[in-house]
Amino acid sequence: MIKAILVFNNHGKPRLSKFYQYFNEDMQQQIIKETFQLVSKREDNVCNFLEGGSLIGGSDYKLIYRHYATLYFVFCVDSSESELGILDLIQVFVETLDKCFENVCELDLIFHADAAHQVLDELVMGGMVLQTNMADILCRLQEQNKMQKSEAGISAAPARAVSAVKSMNLPQQLRDMKLPDLPQAIKDLKF
Amino acid sequence: MALKKVKGNFERMFDKNLTDLVRGIRNNKDNESKYIAQCMEEIKVELRQDNIAVKANAVAKLTYLQMVGYDISWAIFNIIEVMSSNKFTYKRIGYLAASQSFHADSELLMLTTNMIRKDLNAQNQYEAGLALSGLSCFISHDLARDLANDIMTLMSSTKPYLRMKAVLMMYKVFLRYPEALRPAFPKLKEKLEDPDPGVQSAAVNVVCELARKNPKNYLSLAPVFFKLMTTSTNNWMLIKIIKLFGALTPLEPRLGKKLIEPLTNLIHSTSAMSLLYECINTVIAVLISISSGMPGHAASVQLCVQKLRILIEDSDQNLKYLGLLAMSRILKSHPKSVQAHKDLVLACLDDKDESIRLRALGLLYGMVSKKNLMEIVKKLMVHMERAEGTLYRDELLTRIIEICSQNNYQHVVDFEWYITVLAELTEMETSAKHGRVVAAQLTEVGARVAEVRDFAARECGELLTHMAQSSPGPASREVLYAAAYVLAEYSRDEWVMQAAISPLLVCAGLGGAHMRARAVCVHAALKVVANLLLKYEAAGDRRSAIDVIHSTLSGLRPLLLSEDMEVQERAHNAVALLNLVLRKINPDDPELPPEHTPLSDTGLLVQHDESNSIENEQNAEAINGESSQTWTEKFSGGLIEELADLFDGELKPVAPKAQKKVPMPADLDLEQWLSHSRWSSDSSSSEGEGEGAVFAPPAHDPRPTAQFTPQELAMLREARRQEQANNPHYLKDDSPRSYQQDDIPVAEIALEVPLQIHTKRSDKYLMSRESTNKKKKEKRTSKKRKSKKQQISSDSESEEEARPAVALGGELPDGAALSDDEPPAPRDDPHRALDLDLDLPLREEELLTSRIHQYPSAESGLLNKKSKLSKKSKSTEKKSVEKLVKKKKDKKTKEKSEDLMLQETDKPQVNEDFLIEDLSKSNGQKNMKEAVGVDSEILLTETNPKGTKTEKHKKSKKDSKDKESKKPKSSKKGKHETKTGYEEALGISTPSKEVA
Repeated sequence: MIKAILVFNNHGKPRLSKFYQYFNEDMQQQIIKETFQLVSKREDNVCNFLEGGSLIGGSDYKLIYRHYATLYFVFCVDSSESELGILDLIQVFVETLDKCFENVCELDLIFHADAAHQVLDELVMGGMVLQTNMADILCRLQEQNKMQKSEAGISAAPARAVSAVKSMNLPQQLRDMKLPDLPQAIKDLKF
Repeated sequence: MALKKVKGNFERMFDKNLTDLVRGIRNNKDNESKYIAQCMEEIKVELRQDNIAVKANAVAKLTYLQMVGYDISWAIFNIIEVMSSNKFTYKRIGYLAASQSFHADSELLMLTTNMIRKDLNAQNQYEAGLALSGLSCFISHDLARDLANDIMTLMSSTKPYLRMKAVLMMYKVFLRYPEALRPAFPKLKEKLEDPDPGVQSAAVNVVCELARKNPKNYLSLAPVFFKLMTTSTNNWMLIKIIKLFGALTPLEPRLGKKLIEPLTNLIHSTSAMSLLYECINTVIAVLISISSGMPGHAASVQLCVQKLRILIEDSDQNLKYLGLLAMSRILKSHPKSVQAHKDLVLACLDDKDESIRLRALGLLYGMVSKKNLMEIVKKLMVHMERAEGTLYRDELLTRIIEICSQNNYQHVVDFEWYITVLAELTEMETSAKHGRVVAAQLTEVGARVAEVRDFAARECGELLTHMAQSSPGPASREVLYAAAYVLAEYSRDEWVMQAAISPLLVCAGLGGAHMRARAVCVHAALKVVANLLLKYEAAGDRRSAIDVIHSTLSGLRPLLLSEDMEVQERAHNAVALLNLVLRKINPDDPELPPEHTPLSDTGLLVQHDESNSIENEQNAEAINGESSQTWTEKFSGGLIEELADLFDGELKPVAPKAQKKVPMPADLDLEQWLSHSRWSSDSSSSEGEGEGAVFAPPAHDPRPTAQFTPQELAMLREARRQEQANNPHYLKDDSPRSYQQDDIPVAEIALEVPLQIHTKRSDKYLMSRESTNKKKKEKRTSKKRKSKKQQISSDSESEEEARPAVALGGELPDGAALSDDEPPAPRDDPHRALDLDLDLPLREEELLTSRIHQYPSAESGLLNKKSKLSKKSKSTEKKSVEKLVKKKKDKKTKEKSEDLMLQETDKPQVNEDFLIEDLSKSNGQKNMKEAVGVDSEILLTETNPKGTKTEKHKKSKKDSKDKESKKPKSSKKGKHETKTGYEEALGISTPSKEVA
């Protein structure tokens, strides 16, 4: 069983966290912090397995992680999982993310943690490995996204447009302009 | 209406969405919490709106905030609202939030039951899949019970995607609701042979998880798995199956024999390291479980060890780590074959990777022998000096002690060396925790190995001197405790004793944080002085005796004002005792204080001491009276003898369970008043008074001992002394003599403590051992004759090398055996409830289909009770059918073995193109090249087989609601009533108010 999946950056900021056993929010943050401290002090050319996380699990549990650029992907698993298998699973996860986001980087995870969760949900369910075949996972994801798109339809267009405008790198003055006034103006125009 | 919709849409456009929130947090790095608090307020406002899109947006933001560490459990109702939306987009948001924030004990979870059931039976497979994924994160007992049947139905869905998810989901259901296991098991078994490899893999996964905790119930599945193992090419599944076999083989050795060959083939053929590694692991498990008489047994061990050696020698650190891990498993059963690779393990100790070093350390345990112990420990000591991380240092220390002390110091030949190692470990200053470990070792070696005591005392003396000079760290402080004890208890050498007194007293005066050893130091000093005086008396050396007392008294003086209560008390005791002796030896000593004059500088404690002295006076006089007659020829008149008597007797190791094994005396009645009878017989006046009044004084005389006759007194005293001598925990600190508050002005004696530079002293043992092996042998045998009290361990005699006797075990009360008859510690594990016999035929009441009522009626409202009851009844039933099952099982195992034989004949085919490639080579590359044929076709046309179901539920709901309203009493029911209330609100709010 996988007990938790954590993704955080080189400074320990959580980018994705999934706990398959209940911990309250404070505990979750503590676990992330402890895991980060354990993992971050290890050099890159050492092995990817780590024992001794005291907060999560016990002697039966292991931390298995991979470090990609600015992100750490850490899986906390018990002895029923194959260590090398989980390492491969992390690879699959990252490659799938890469396919979904097209050259995934930390920013993608920051702004689309929900999408990353959706990828993860196709990979692991309730702490058990669901699917390891990347093509399959991608197919499932595409179909679901298609459903979502068809639902949004035309009514979502304005929202999309606004978010596109917002996403543009506007100069500081524009950003400082009070946005709440705008809807009022639009309303006035309409009615 | 339409206008309103449009208006809402436009308003919504400018709400903060998730991206804005994240961007905002990043732009407000300085006052993040303030910004988030502001956002939370906005979210709360948004959640109050009717527009589901606004709500979903708010919930999406909440999900992000949850990840950053904010509690969002207050929004559970809103999350459920979003989950119940008809739109997949919002559903996704809702279920994600739920899976992140809900848990089995969340309130309002019962609100989700019907909604989830609706989603599970949805037309679209992704809606059902979403519900399954979400549910797997927060399923509770109630949800599991109510939804088990729906999930079971999904297990036979036409869509492999749903089957796969449902199978995995069942494991979660079993955990929460063990009653579902037996009815669902046949279906689960069926799924092991599902046409879809994904479903197959999921079923294997679930069975593996189940069998890991209760393997014996799944033995009957072995043939199925055996077939899967020999036919499947999916590495994920193979790994799981092989792991499962590893769990099953200890229960069925015949299975192991069958497995060896296919596994060996796999080991030879596979290119996937993960599979190879698991194969080796399982072969190891098989080898452990079967007797070594099997043909090819040695070859298998050899193969495993060889393959592991390749792994360990690999440049990939991961493989190295796993190789060492597997080695440690072999070590337990086949230490010889691992010992051949000692060089490899020792080399790994120098690895730069801490995980690998730790693993290698674990292996060392089995690598040491009498011959190489010193060498290995020396290496570890060097490591300890260089180690940076405290974790690794601590681990090293525990390992050093572990490998030395294993099996009653089986490998330690030279205990003087070991004592030196302990002393050096102390000087390395680790943590207090490890100081305690070292301290325990010092006392244990002292107690068990009589021959080394002299040396241990000397070494402890040096340690103490060292500590007295420089303020000790936390570890030394703990060791001090043991060092003081060992020194005082075992030192017999005059010079050592003389040199020890001053450091002991200095250590007792050491300030600083928690220091339990200080009082012990005072006590030890007194003990040393007493023994020393005894020596001087025997030699008739009055002058030295007086000198020693003088120097000790001057050392004790600062302690009389110690801020530590116990140190102060003991110092007073010691001063009083020594003054007593001094007066006897040299009545005209100028340093003796005038009799019975309380001191000005210790006025603090005058009162306390007076009360003490009254108590002790009688005892002391009695002892003085009798002893002075027998020891007239000694210069102290036998007083010193008496003083030394206080510390007489040897402490023996006590077996860890001795306390428990003490038989209860037959006439012991714990209910009885402790000394009522005695008091009432002694003082007649108390009779009749004590009855009735609860708080009546138990006796008039608080010290009834005063009424004993002299004979009784003497007898009691003797018994007490005996008891003290035998009791290892007794500190023997009460002085039976009266004393006065005295202070003797003693001339300061400059104590010369040689400053010693501590080099690696333990090394000399290693060197000298090689050169002067013979010499030592002679010495030790001569020493051996001296030891009388120690039992000689049986195994040490037969060894080629002579080694001091180690007292084994410990004292036990008469008639008690050192057997391990303790019941295992109770485990709090959900898997215990899953320990069910799966071969029994299903009973009528177990069938899940009968569970349509999700609202418990009046009697089933007490859910927990009911489930317990059913478990009980099950167990009774089990007994009744036990015989039947036995017969069946016998038959089955026969069949199974035949089955296996058949399968063995057709050789397992192992494909080369495994999913998981060699990791070491594919590092960084895309190693998931090829998929195992999962059919990606999705059956879009499927009718809902449960179209009528929801109506049915509604009906039953109404019924039970009526029932409940009739009997509104138990608290459980109250809960259910609120539940229905919410349910209705939910039903209204969801579909009609949704604005797209």
